[in-house]
Amino acid sequence: MIGFRTLLYKEVLRFWKVSFQTVAAPVLTALLYLLIFSHVLDRHVEVHGVPYTAFLIPGLVMMSALQNAFANTSSSLIQSKVTGSVVFVLLPPISYGEFFLAYVVAAILRGLLVGVGVLLVTLWFAVPDFASPLWILVFVVLGGGIMGALGMVAGIWADKFDQLAAFQNFLIMPLTMLSGVFYSIHSLPAFWQNVSHFNPVFYMIDGFRYGFFGVSDVPPEVSLAVILTSLLVVSAATLALLRSGYKLRS
Amino acid sequence: MNVAVSIDRVEKRFSSLQALAGVSLQIGEGEFFGLLGPNGAGKTTLISCLAGLVRPDAGRLDVLGHDVVSDYRAARRLLGVVPQELVFDPFFSVRETLRIQSGYFGIRRNDDWIDEILANLDLTGKADVNMRRLSGGMKRRVLVAQALVHKPPVIVLDEPTAGVDVELRQGLWQFIRRLNRDGHTVILTTHYLEEAEALCSRIAMLKQGRIVALDTTSNLLARFAGQTLTVRLAGAVPLPPELHARATGGEGSWSFHLSRLGEIEPVLATLRQSGCLIDDLRLSQADLEDVFLGVMQSSCDSGGARAAR
Repeated sequence: MIGFRTLLYKEVLRFWKVSFQTVAAPVLTALLYLLIFSHVLDRHVEVHGVPYTAFLIPGLVMMSALQNAFANTSSSLIQSKVTGSVVFVLLPPISYGEFFLAYVVAAILRGLLVGVGVLLVTLWFAVPDFASPLWILVFVVLGGGIMGALGMVAGIWADKFDQLAAFQNFLIMPLTMLSGVFYSIHSLPAFWQNVSHFNPVFYMIDGFRYGFFGVSDVPPEVSLAVILTSLLVVSAATLALLRSGYKLRS
Repeated sequence: MNVAVSIDRVEKRFSSLQALAGVSLQIGEGEFFGLLGPNGAGKTTLISCLAGLVRPDAGRLDVLGHDVVSDYRAARRLLGVVPQELVFDPFFSVRETLRIQSGYFGIRRNDDWIDEILANLDLTGKADVNMRRLSGGMKRRVLVAQALVHKPPVIVLDEPTAGVDVELRQGLWQFIRRLNRDGHTVILTTHYLEEAEALCSRIAMLKQGRIVALDTTSNLLARFAGQTLTVRLAGAVPLPPELHARATGGEGSWSFHLSRLGEIEPVLATLRQSGCLIDDLRLSQADLEDVFLGVMQSSCDSGGARAAR
């Protein structure tokens, strides 16, 4: 247990020591998105009866939380692999489960911190409702867990920074950008609505947004079931990778 | 003597390279054991198998009776490894690094021992300095400190003195010797053969993934090495022709390689009969370097097949 707590502490300290880059920067990016999109669209668009800026805020909060949860585990692992300092976590008697949990919980915490940061700076522009705070918390924690675990897979798989960037640019970015952060999928043609239903990130955003407005594209229970299943699948895959020693223990 | 480390028919292949070709050896508790071999002999692969960083294709490794694969947590708790690569975590200070490493091994509030390690490795003044700001030699010492935070009964040092200056090397060895006297088993790989000779009570020599020699240091020295007799002749008397074949040197100072001490007298007798006057005479023992070269050469001659088990 001390091993797990120490690894978690180290992972949190790692991003906290460079928080300007790991927390402040993504908050600024989200703020820029909000400024541009709300400036262009707020007077013209309403979604689910909600003004566009207020609709956009939960999406940006969740997108930033998810992307940073992914970035935390993936960059920590690739950095320590490239510099060789990964031996410090491979030599001690830390079990695979503890190893997995420490990295994923740190990723969730960074996601939460960035999410709260984005929420605080965007509240100045519009205040969304907080219809069901518990749903908000459940979705951000589970979504962060999925992305943290996916980040572990990417960090373990990638040997170089550009491979990790490819994973991020060609998988994570499209999944998050096309998940309904900026729109309701009801505004899409039928074909793309159907495609969106195969994107697990869509359910994370939609369920999270339900927590704010009490309305969503699909029932939140469905979203919860989808992301719980996704979390189980990604976690099982990550644990299997850790147990096999893939790319960590040759 | 109880067995600290047991290595049984361990094999490891990296694509076309057979890094370990069936290595077996046992290291007793409290031993100071040396693992020697040229680059690429398999020393680091063997140590990595022991530490769980590399998974062997076949064979079994135990640390104090705990299998490093099936009972990895117990095995790793008993093992402290100083890796060969000069690696560090750039986010933390020396003390943070050591506290975190202690926590990984399940130890909290370890500052008394951390302070003692820092003092012994001459790092006290650098405790709160970020790892990035340390010189190479200091980073190396922090690596040693990291391996010792949990007071492991078995300490593995993979070329720990590479890039460390002579003074610090002495300090490091004093500390490791003390730990060995206190009962810690030490396994050392080094390129400095004089270090192995001075420190290790038993030595294994590896070549191309096989053990080509395994014995006590003194036996190895006796088995493979002889003595060298060096004489300086007075005046301008030339060396008798019958000695030319086995002499090296010149200008009045000649060396003779002897496989046993009994060969001294015939050499001296020949010199006397030829009217040579000896000005100075020196007899020197061959060192581990000669043994090493001899073993590597003889294993080469026999196609590397002289695996000693």
